[in-house]
Amino acid sequence: MSEVAVEEKQEVKAPSEPLFSPKNKRLITDPLNENNPITIQVLGICSALAITVQVKQAVFMSLSVLFVMIAGNWIISTIRNLIPSRIRIIVQLVVVATLVTLVDLTLKAYVPDVSEKLSVFVGLIITYCIIMGRFEAFAMGNKQWPSILDALGNALGYAWILIAVAVVREVFGSGAIWGWKFIPESWMMSNGGFYMNNNLMILPPMALITVGVIIWIQRSRNTNLIEA
Amino acid sequence: MAINKEGNGYTFGFAAVMVILVGASLAMVSMGLKPDIKKNEADKKMMDILGSIDVESTRENAAEIFNTMVTERILVNAQGEVIRSATGPVDPADAEDPFNVDVRKEYKQMVSKIVQANKNDKPVLIEKVSELPVNYPLFKAEKDGETYYVVPMVGTGLWGPIWGYVSMESDMKTVYGATFDHKTETPGLGAEIKEDFFEEQFEGESTYEDGDFVSISVVKGTSSPDDKNAVDGITGGTITSNGVAEMVYRTLAIYDNYFKKQRAS
Repeated sequence: MSEVAVEEKQEVKAPSEPLFSPKNKRLITDPLNENNPITIQVLGICSALAITVQVKQAVFMSLSVLFVMIAGNWIISTIRNLIPSRIRIIVQLVVVATLVTLVDLTLKAYVPDVSEKLSVFVGLIITYCIIMGRFEAFAMGNKQWPSILDALGNALGYAWILIAVAVVREVFGSGAIWGWKFIPESWMMSNGGFYMNNNLMILPPMALITVGVIIWIQRSRNTNLIEA
Repeated sequence: MAINKEGNGYTFGFAAVMVILVGASLAMVSMGLKPDIKKNEADKKMMDILGSIDVESTRENAAEIFNTMVTERILVNAQGEVIRSATGPVDPADAEDPFNVDVRKEYKQMVSKIVQANKNDKPVLIEKVSELPVNYPLFKAEKDGETYYVVPMVGTGLWGPIWGYVSMESDMKTVYGATFDHKTETPGLGAEIKEDFFEEQFEGESTYEDGDFVSISVVKGTSSPDDKNAVDGITGGTITSNGVAEMVYRTLAIYDNYFKKQRAS
């Protein structure tokens, strides 16, 4: 009896893990590169293809996913011990659906132009394997703080690919960044100049190729990622 | 007593509490944001209507320009009789205002089925559509001393709904301008209907030929520049182009009843 009591006491005394311990840091840095949701796990790729025509859309999409993921992971990890295991997937779906509806309504009310461009894709966040995957694989088994960090890492990993693809596509497809046209009108072929926007960049296939190029660069720099 | 978290009772209880919480919070947010969302939708509609008479506007000044340029909002029925008319500033909350008639909803609920069933027989289609209790809003605008009539229209493209606004000159036969939009048409193909090059073709076209109403057809390939009743379709977007032609024909045929009465009086 006494031995058990001593053991319990020691556990209470053990110093709590620092907020940014090496383990927690890895939760953020891993998904950015070595375990990136888009390029390595190949999840959430549909949105990377569909809404990366403009940087502005990509940024708002990333912010939406960031919000849904952090709030969702936090909620799931908070109530994880209350969720009956038989309906846990349904509960996870309800949480994503609720958060996505909130995001959709907010975009419609405050940034209607962006909301129009993103249209169905905000609603489709519900079906993102990235988010459901994080809920099921991480938040269901971890405390709140690591869950939030995990969500942050994965959302940022998703975001930087999305924004990188959008920058490439908007620069070459529309000659602009965030809607600002940096190529002078007089350079355009339609005005007698020599430059022409590459309309192919605006079409979804070029998004796939751009993602492919990012994957290529990533794997050539990190040989651990190359499958035998 | 510890709760059995795997039992049916607990599972049902959890689900019920979750649904109530989620439902209540979503309803609250939705109600709170509704005025903003309504206003944004109304602004967008005003921008589209102004766009069809070649007036540029932004979300900020759309309402202001709309209220000065659009002098009258009329609601007509399929027989061309005026049901209601409104002037003065638009109130987005007033359901009686012809501006707030949701043509897309009416199309979806009543018209689209008839269009699908009778798309190869235009006279029968028009006859059947005229029998429906659908309201037709019309916007009378003044620009540079001229009167224009803006007609909202809804139709079906390849993948989903298409809609637009066509403005008629004061002779009610010549098209002054047109704007189209879509929800899910293919980028680069059917989606091109919202591009300027397509919309501008409608300018100056006539819906009449030898004194009879014929509407404007969207033809495959290149239409003759002398043909005032046809515009070029979009390569690779045939079904969407046909959808636009059907929408323009059906809608203008109905509004023509009103236009005929106006010309006669």
